[in-house]
Amino acid sequence: MQSGIFHTSYEKDMALRRTHAQKIRLVILIVLGLVFPFIANRYYLTLANQVGIAIIGAIGLNILVGYTGQISLGQGGFMAVGAYTAGILTARLGMPWWASTIVACIVTAMIGTIFGIPSLRLKGLYLAIATLAAQEIILWIVTHWKTLTGGVEALVVPDPMLFGIRMNNDFNFYWLVWGLVVVVTILTVNLFRTRFGRAFIAIRDQDIAASVMGVDLFKYKLLAFAISSFWVGLAGALIAHYRNIVTWERFTIDVSVLYLAMIIIGGLGSVTGSYLGAAFMMLLPAVLTNIGRAVKGFFPAIDSIIPFIQQATFGLVIILFLVFEPEGLNKIWKDIKDYFRLWPFSY
Amino acid sequence: MDLFIQLTLTGLTNGAILALAALGFVLIYKSSDVINFAQGEFLLVGAYVIFAMIAQVGLHWTIGMVLTLLIAVLLGVLVERLVLRPLIGEPIISVIMVTIGLSSLLRAIVSTIWGNQPKSFPPFIPSQPINILGATVGADRLWALVIAAVMLVLFNFFFTRSREGIAMRAVADDQQAALSMGISVKKIFAWAWSIAAATAAIGGALVANIVGVGPELAGFGLRVFPVVILGGLDSIPGAIVGGIIIGLLEAYTGGYIGQGLNQVLPFIVLIIILMIRPYGLFGQEIIERV
Repeated sequence: MQSGIFHTSYEKDMALRRTHAQKIRLVILIVLGLVFPFIANRYYLTLANQVGIAIIGAIGLNILVGYTGQISLGQGGFMAVGAYTAGILTARLGMPWWASTIVACIVTAMIGTIFGIPSLRLKGLYLAIATLAAQEIILWIVTHWKTLTGGVEALVVPDPMLFGIRMNNDFNFYWLVWGLVVVVTILTVNLFRTRFGRAFIAIRDQDIAASVMGVDLFKYKLLAFAISSFWVGLAGALIAHYRNIVTWERFTIDVSVLYLAMIIIGGLGSVTGSYLGAAFMMLLPAVLTNIGRAVKGFFPAIDSIIPFIQQATFGLVIILFLVFEPEGLNKIWKDIKDYFRLWPFSY
Repeated sequence: MDLFIQLTLTGLTNGAILALAALGFVLIYKSSDVINFAQGEFLLVGAYVIFAMIAQVGLHWTIGMVLTLLIAVLLGVLVERLVLRPLIGEPIISVIMVTIGLSSLLRAIVSTIWGNQPKSFPPFIPSQPINILGATVGADRLWALVIAAVMLVLFNFFFTRSREGIAMRAVADDQQAALSMGISVKKIFAWAWSIAAATAAIGGALVANIVGVGPELAGFGLRVFPVVILGGLDSIPGAIVGGIIIGLLEAYTGGYIGQGLNQVLPFIVLIIILMIRPYGLFGQEIIERV
């Protein structure tokens, strides 16, 4: 019977997984992740890959919004930079997909840093509006710079090959994307145990106090934009290579909103929250479509309104979470764990 | 020269409608510090409701307009009561996000009821072309200009003469002080939201009369941002002046340069304004003290 967590050394206290239950859950998760592609059909593999890409994007956004407190509505634009850089380098210059992905991450990080410069002067909703403008400007450039991006036409990207194997069928891509998810997770979790991560959190909690204590606001805010955009660019590049096709419709303001919804519903300032939120928001439309198909026998007209139902549910879910559980799925998950850990004496 | 006058007139009238949408936005921000990302959807709902009243039910446009305004007021009160009030005191990102969620919900409701196809609107405002200094402009566009001007005067009276208007300014200035003077802050917030929804509905009716109703009317929600940032987030004259300037800017770039530059230029202006004068032309400069 456990009444609390007691550590006898600093090493134990600093560990990422501190209790037995956490270690057991991690092992179960890894085993499930390894077994999943062999038992799942193509539909579920596709969903899993989409969720994986979304997790990388959500972690990236969470570093900026959840950990550093800089609200960004430019996610879609930054993903577009990543996707188009990767797509153009591979399709036009014949660069291998892994190299173009790395370049895409770096380019996105640079663009993100440039649009992060206003963050020194602007806070809160002004920054949100500035990043909204960034989103609109980037997308306008993408659709109007025809010689580079092909404008509103779709950009076709060749199949990514590795050792003669096509990487973007659902089974092979699963290993690629979830491998990257693990890498991003480990790096991000550890980032917040370093000087940089702690500086980000200090800026979020009280930026003036942070600067009084010697945190260089300009440097660390730009760094947060750079690191965040780096992962967002990775997510964008993966979309380009997975889909074989890059179109501007995938990177509109709706995408920025979708990713913000992911991290808010999942939980701001939490990697677990990014996982939960990304999975929730990516699976919700699929679940609704399936429900729609199931009840089609009773309501033949349902096909035509499914997109509207999805949109309404999207809005409603955001509102309900913010009103009733502002700390998101991560808080619910914590409450469930606490309930079982303290059962039967939960008070 | 003809082109110049033509563009000026188009810009002025577009700007007047933008200003109407921005008015409600500023009103909400001024009284409750909430950025309303659903302002475009308020406009959308207003346009569709009056479309339903006139074209589908067949009411006379005066009755239709009155009913639309009533529904808009009701919508504003409901939104404030059910969605915004639980979020008082929450961080700014939650407030932004909840209005985004609201916008998505409203858009979905409108599309479910009326479908996604644009529909033409039975013109209830005369729209025959009128010649001014050699340029032609639809009468409905001129009406939009007149109505925006009337609204500005009305707002001005409301804020300086009426009890509610003065109370609203008091709440905007200092909520605690207003509370201790016996002003119900909750009631003021409800007022602000319903007036914002009503002005958006008027804007919606005007736009619908010019271009017809369609889901893309919600796009006004985003076009409002350059306007309010340019004019100052908390300034009502700023919303009008900002709307006119952005409207003219869009018309001139669209007419003289083209290339779709008129879509992005307002946002470039927005970034520049944010960099050099974040409180806008008429907004109140807030000095941060530790």
